[in-house]
Amino acid sequence: MSSYTPQELMVAVASREIRDGDLVFVGMRLPILAYAVARNAHAPTARGLFEVGLMRDQPASAFLGTMGDPPNVTGALWATRMSNAMALMAQGQVDLGFIGGAEVDRFGNLNTSYVGDPRKPIVKLPGSGGGADIAILSRRWVTLMSHERRRLVDRVSFVTSPGYGDGTPGWRKRNGLLGGGPVAIITTLGVLRFPEGGGEAYLQSAHPGHDVDEVRGNTGWDLKVGDDISETSAPTESELTAIRRFDPDGFWTRGKGH
Amino acid sequence: MTKVMSMAQAVEQFVPDGATVAMGTALEALIPFAAGHEMIRQQRRDLELVGPISDSLFDQLIGAGCVRRVTAAWLGNVSEGLGHCYRRACEHGMPRPLEVRDHSNFSIALALWAAAWSVPSLPTRTLLGSDIPSTNPDLSTADGLVHVKAVRPDVAVVHVQRADEQGRAHAWGPLGITEEAGLAADRVIVSCEDLVDADVTLSDPNRILFPETKVVAVVHEPGGAHPSPVQGHFKRDHAVYRDYAEESRSLEGFEGWLRQWVLELPDRASYMKRVDVEAIRIEHHRPSVPADFGYE
Repeated sequence: MSSYTPQELMVAVASREIRDGDLVFVGMRLPILAYAVARNAHAPTARGLFEVGLMRDQPASAFLGTMGDPPNVTGALWATRMSNAMALMAQGQVDLGFIGGAEVDRFGNLNTSYVGDPRKPIVKLPGSGGGADIAILSRRWVTLMSHERRRLVDRVSFVTSPGYGDGTPGWRKRNGLLGGGPVAIITTLGVLRFPEGGGEAYLQSAHPGHDVDEVRGNTGWDLKVGDDISETSAPTESELTAIRRFDPDGFWTRGKGH
Repeated sequence: MTKVMSMAQAVEQFVPDGATVAMGTALEALIPFAAGHEMIRQQRRDLELVGPISDSLFDQLIGAGCVRRVTAAWLGNVSEGLGHCYRRACEHGMPRPLEVRDHSNFSIALALWAAAWSVPSLPTRTLLGSDIPSTNPDLSTADGLVHVKAVRPDVAVVHVQRADEQGRAHAWGPLGITEEAGLAADRVIVSCEDLVDADVTLSDPNRILFPETKVVAVVHEPGGAHPSPVQGHFKRDHAVYRDYAEESRSLEGFEGWLRQWVLELPDRASYMKRVDVEAIRIEHHRPSVPADFGYE
């Protein structure tokens, strides 16, 4: 087994969340690679949808710095306006979405807007982009994040993209959210999973080289550990080959990749 | 009568201080950087910027002190992360305080469609359960729906692959919220890679973005979207975004960047002389098959 970076592991783990036949709201950064890996392995009939206004089947044949880069347009199944991509998601036709986040809490709520009081923020983060739309409207979603205490917090101070709200049963349905909510938080240390029907995240697996204590110690709440806790499966040779084909210079997976 | 003019003239005539300006409507591609830089050179003040995401252009205008309010879903540097001028403005009021009206990508599209259709607001199920409506007076929740108030730009500025002198603009690739921004706006400024005859644009009326009646200025501005990509013309210049992220990290660094890339240059043609154009030029062309508009 060759060595790999934390980001390469996260891409491999994220790709395994994609089921064959899924319509995937792909997003940016590592998920672009995860889609390419899945499409070339276990999900050959998945399709990707991009909020810029694109649908694809085959992943782009050259490196993408953004979803709007020209290789992502060439060979697209559909080039259109954003509202049309959002229409499919509003109809419940997006099976899986990926969202990046700065902060996530135990109930899967994401903050990408403000650290501190919104009227006088300590840090102004870039904002929702399509994140809130994916969190509310896609059938299920996954977020990827660097595993740090300041990022995995007990409760986010600002909910940009809602997960399971206050964690009470039925919160999403009561508040009119159409989609099913988050299913996993993939971090640099492990995989946090949500129970069927939502609620509080628990540790499903720690990545190779990391143990449960380290993961819990870097989490800002008293993280529950799943009954069937395991070690995350390392990226396979074929997963690594695919990742390195789509990110040949390691822009996302060997540089700052996050 | 031709609508062709220089970017300096277009900004002078159609983007006054205090204007609400939609830009970057195709998201990461076709961003009208040349127009934004001209607004900085002409020292526009109190602009309200409207867009979905802004891949660095809004950050630059904010850093230059041109902006009073931003109405957008995301503002930063897509491949690099945070917008440092945006942060300085929001966190420290530097170089001046900034009002932020947060949206999601879906809701900013709806705000423009509402204006395009002349209704006060449009309802949606997105943003339910999010705190975004709590900080934005243009978003309200009632009857189990979020109501998105119309946002009407004074002017939308777009960069396209080709346009004719009447302002019939052809763009291809994903359009983001370009059509609704143009329809919602009082007027549209078009900059283009190629200025073409009307025979070309009218040969494919489906591809014309806006009614010509909306377009007030056409600027022939090759490279006007650099460093953002233009399908069939230019790749995204990733290194320029990386350098901008580094240089804009400090106020002094940003001011140096601003002098070098905007203030000391008279126009876009001079700017493009400083760019390694051959490194980003798209060489392998893939034209589509023409549509047949025959009728007899």
